[in-house]
Amino acid sequence: MKFTLLINEGPYQHQASDTAYQFAKAALEKGHEIYRVFFYNDGVNNATRLAIPPQDDRNITENWAALAKEHELDMVVCIAAAQRRGMLDADEAGRQGKDANNIHPAFRISGLGQLVEGGIQADRLLTFGD
Amino acid sequence: MAKLHIVNKSPFERSSLDSCLSKSTEGSTILLIEDAVVGALKGTVVADKLTAAIANKNVCVLGSDLNTRGFTEAEILDGIKTVDYAGFVDLVAEHSNVQSWL
Amino acid sequence: MSENIKKFMFVNTKAPYGTVYALESLEVVLISAAFDQDVSLAFCDDGVFQITDNQKTDGSGMKNFSAAYKALGDYDINKIYIEKESLEERGLTLDNLMKLTYEDEDDDWAEKDSIHLVTRAELADLMDKQDVTISS
Repeated sequence: MKFTLLINEGPYQHQASDTAYQFAKAALEKGHEIYRVFFYNDGVNNATRLAIPPQDDRNITENWAALAKEHELDMVVCIAAAQRRGMLDADEAGRQGKDANNIHPAFRISGLGQLVEGGIQADRLLTFGD
Repeated sequence: MAKLHIVNKSPFERSSLDSCLSKSTEGSTILLIEDAVVGALKGTVVADKLTAAIANKNVCVLGSDLNTRGFTEAEILDGIKTVDYAGFVDLVAEHSNVQSWL
Repeated sequence: MSENIKKFMFVNTKAPYGTVYALESLEVVLISAAFDQDVSLAFCDDGVFQITDNQKTDGSGMKNFSAAYKALGDYDINKIYIEKESLEERGLTLDNLMKLTYEDEDDDWAEKDSIHLVTRAELADLMDKQDVTISS
C-alpha cells in the first residue's frame, strides 16, 4: 500500500515528526511504500541542515535524511510555508537575494500541489500535527 | 470499510478526544497516540467515556507512547488494545480512511 | 464519478489568528481546486470562528484573510459544512457568519448558498465517506 505523510509541526517542539518517522520506518519494514512525505506549517523546520541537537539526543533531520536515502523517499517542503519561516535552498536564496540557505539536500522544495497530488496518488494520507 | 481516528492530545487538557468520540461512528477505530495515551488509563475522569466507546468502537493505544510516559499495558482500561508501530501501520491499511483529530 | 476523483475533506477545528493553521489550511484548499477533486470543507469546534463576519485586523496587525473564504465559490468549492452544535455551543448562529455563495453553472449561473448547516451526526456520516481527510 502507498502512504503519503503530512507533517505539520517542527522538530523537538512536538512529537509529530518523531511519530511520523517511526510510522514510516515501520511501514517500510512491512513492505509498504511511502509515496511522499510533505512538510507543512512549522513542519518545514524539520528540513534544516543547521540544527545541532545535543549529542545524547536524536537528530531528527538526519534520521529522516538517512531513511530517505535508504528508501529513496520523496521528502517535500512546502515553498510558501518555508519562505515565511526563512527556510531556503540554494536556488531559492539566490532568486530572493538572500545571503544563506539552510535546507538539507535530502529534502526538496516545491508547491502545495505536491500535497494534494500525494493525497490523490497514495492509498492513504496521514496527518501528524498538533 | 470503517474509518480510523487518531487522537494525540491529553483529554485532561484539550477536547479533541471528545470531538472524536462524538463524530466517530459505530465500528470505527480510535487510536490514542502521543499525549492522548494517558486517556486510556484506569480510574481517570474520562474512563467512563472510553468504556462507553469500547461498546461499539475499537479503541487502541500506541504502546511505545504509553511506555515512554511511564505506564504499561496493565494500567489501561479493559477492552483497549495495545499496538506497536507495526500494528499502527496495519490499522491504517485496514481502514478505508484516516482522520487525525488535531 | 471517475476513479481518479477522490473525496477530499478539509476539517477546520481551530480558531483563526491565534495560530497559523486556519490561514495555511485555506492555502491548501485553494490549491486543491486546481486538481478537479471532490472537495468539501467542514467547520466544527473552534473552526466555526474562521468564518465569522466583520473580521477587522487593523488593530492587531494580523493579515486579514477572511475575504479568501468568499472566493471559494469562484474556485468551484461550494460544499461547506458547518456543525450546528459547534455554533450553538459558542452562542452563534448562521447570522454571525460570512455569506458564502457560488454561481451554479447548471442553473443559469444562479447564486446559491455554499454553506450547509449539518448536525454532529450528519457531519460524522460525511466524514466517514471521505477518501482523504486533512484536518487542522
